[in-house]
Amino acid sequence: MSILHYDFMVRALIASVLVGLTAPAVGIYLVQRRMSLVGDGIGHIALTGVALGFLTGQSPVISAVVVAALGAVAVELIRSRGGASGDVALSLLFYGGIAGGVLLISLAPSGGNVNLLGYLFGSLLTTAPSDLIVMGVLAVAVLLFTVGLRSWLFAICHDEEFARVSGVPVRLLNILLAVSAAVTVTVAMRVVGVLLVSALMVIPVATAQQVARGFVATMAGAMGLSVAVALTGAVGSFYLDVPSGASIVVLAVLVFVVVTAVAAAVRVWQRRSAASRSSLPAPAPLPDPVAAEPTGAGLPGR
Amino acid sequence: MSVTESAPVAAAEHATVVLGERPVLRDVSLSVTAGEVVALLGSNGSGKSTLVRTLLGLVPLSGGSVSLFGTPTARFGDWQRIGYVPQRAGAATGVPATVREVVTSGRLARRGFLRFASAADRAAVTDALETVGLAERARERVSTLSGGQQQRVLIARALAGSPDLLVLDEPNAGVDAASQRAFAETVERLVERGTTLLVVLHEVGPLAELITRTIVLDHGRITHDGAPWADGHVGGYWIDTDRHHVHGNPTASPHGEWDGVPDHAGPAKAVNR
Repeated sequence: MSILHYDFMVRALIASVLVGLTAPAVGIYLVQRRMSLVGDGIGHIALTGVALGFLTGQSPVISAVVVAALGAVAVELIRSRGGASGDVALSLLFYGGIAGGVLLISLAPSGGNVNLLGYLFGSLLTTAPSDLIVMGVLAVAVLLFTVGLRSWLFAICHDEEFARVSGVPVRLLNILLAVSAAVTVTVAMRVVGVLLVSALMVIPVATAQQVARGFVATMAGAMGLSVAVALTGAVGSFYLDVPSGASIVVLAVLVFVVVTAVAAAVRVWQRRSAASRSSLPAPAPLPDPVAAEPTGAGLPGR
Repeated sequence: MSVTESAPVAAAEHATVVLGERPVLRDVSLSVTAGEVVALLGSNGSGKSTLVRTLLGLVPLSGGSVSLFGTPTARFGDWQRIGYVPQRAGAATGVPATVREVVTSGRLARRGFLRFASAADRAAVTDALETVGLAERARERVSTLSGGQQQRVLIARALAGSPDLLVLDEPNAGVDAASQRAFAETVERLVERGTTLLVVLHEVGPLAELITRTIVLDHGRITHDGAPWADGHVGGYWIDTDRHHVHGNPTASPHGEWDGVPDHAGPAKAVNR
């Protein structure tokens, strides 16, 4: 393939695979807890971290990881306390995060709007080799945690009180899960941007669960789908000269719509064929002796 | 360890719980010994759910103490001895899970943290599914099961760890008659195995014959602790042995105390005799 002659494109594709694998691996637990929007909020907070990096001349990725992790732990503490004020507290954190980021970036010496846009919506093709190393290390750590400890993470997200009574270290795992979400947001920041990060954490999971029966199947399906969408979106954005993050997310939404429609059609078809098997004697020349027993007389034949 | 073996399976001493400003448990003391089948009865809001959740360390104490197998619950670590079936409308969450996946999480305490599931772990899960009669549906989505079947999934999850003490919080609430009977059969087998049971109940239903002791809670206090089915009035409750049913707040007395007049079920039963 000709595009593989470009180093920047190879890096972009590797980054896409890393994000494609990690985002749904963490996102599935957020969806399981019905906290799909938390990834979005952590993305908002990460922007303050990016801005702090610019302001202090440090690597924006590292400062984003630190600030996003702190924010995610705060979110986790608010969640575990529960209460009606939790919702408002999260809003304060999320909108404070994005406003703080914009404010701090404008104070930075380079003060670039171009930079800001790159972090808000992703700039895959500018991924540097050093970025890729940081992303790779973080992604492997997140995958080891989310896939390796899936039995325990499933238990705490499915029924936290039961997990506590099973002796699972619930608090520790919750904090680690929050940090993983923050790390994933930062890893995905280059590819889809902080505003679209949550999409890759949630949409592939939502798509896979239309067809999968179980949790592990949903996880595997979501990760495969997410990698496919990220790669296709990245290549497509190169040829069409459109932003990579938006292409990937639009593609993910399209796949979701198609899969949902097909799955619904299949379900309707299965229900009809099941109904015709159980209650409608087929208008065939030789009726099945079992199906031919007296059935609902009022049902219309087909 | 002989010390813990002779200790009560679950105990509370002067346990007091305040949620918000409201006292939910007031000076509750009880002790469950090995092999007992204890029914915890009381009307809605009497604190029976809070009591079992406090015993398990899920609700913080405001005063007094609770212990499991002789160890204060806060320091208890032997969780594979405990099976817990929470009060729950269903077993489904945001992401689909198979029946088997949910039951497998009940094996985590036996399996140990960061360990792979062994053949014995998988066999225990299969066993638990067979016990509640759902082995054939192991690969189905939990959310496609009926309410009663989902409750059985949660019971299988608690059984997967082969617990010594099984705590059930209203296992029959909103459950169809067939699942209730299946549950009673399961309990019978557990009792034969020597499992200790603490069951929160609103209606005794098909469990009546298996219960060895009844504790009745009213407004966060224990009003009766002892014989399972003393016919008649017990601690502010009229226990109707014919219908295995407990009627809350039975009297016309202004303080809610027994004034000799049974509730609506009483005279009806008297007429029946």
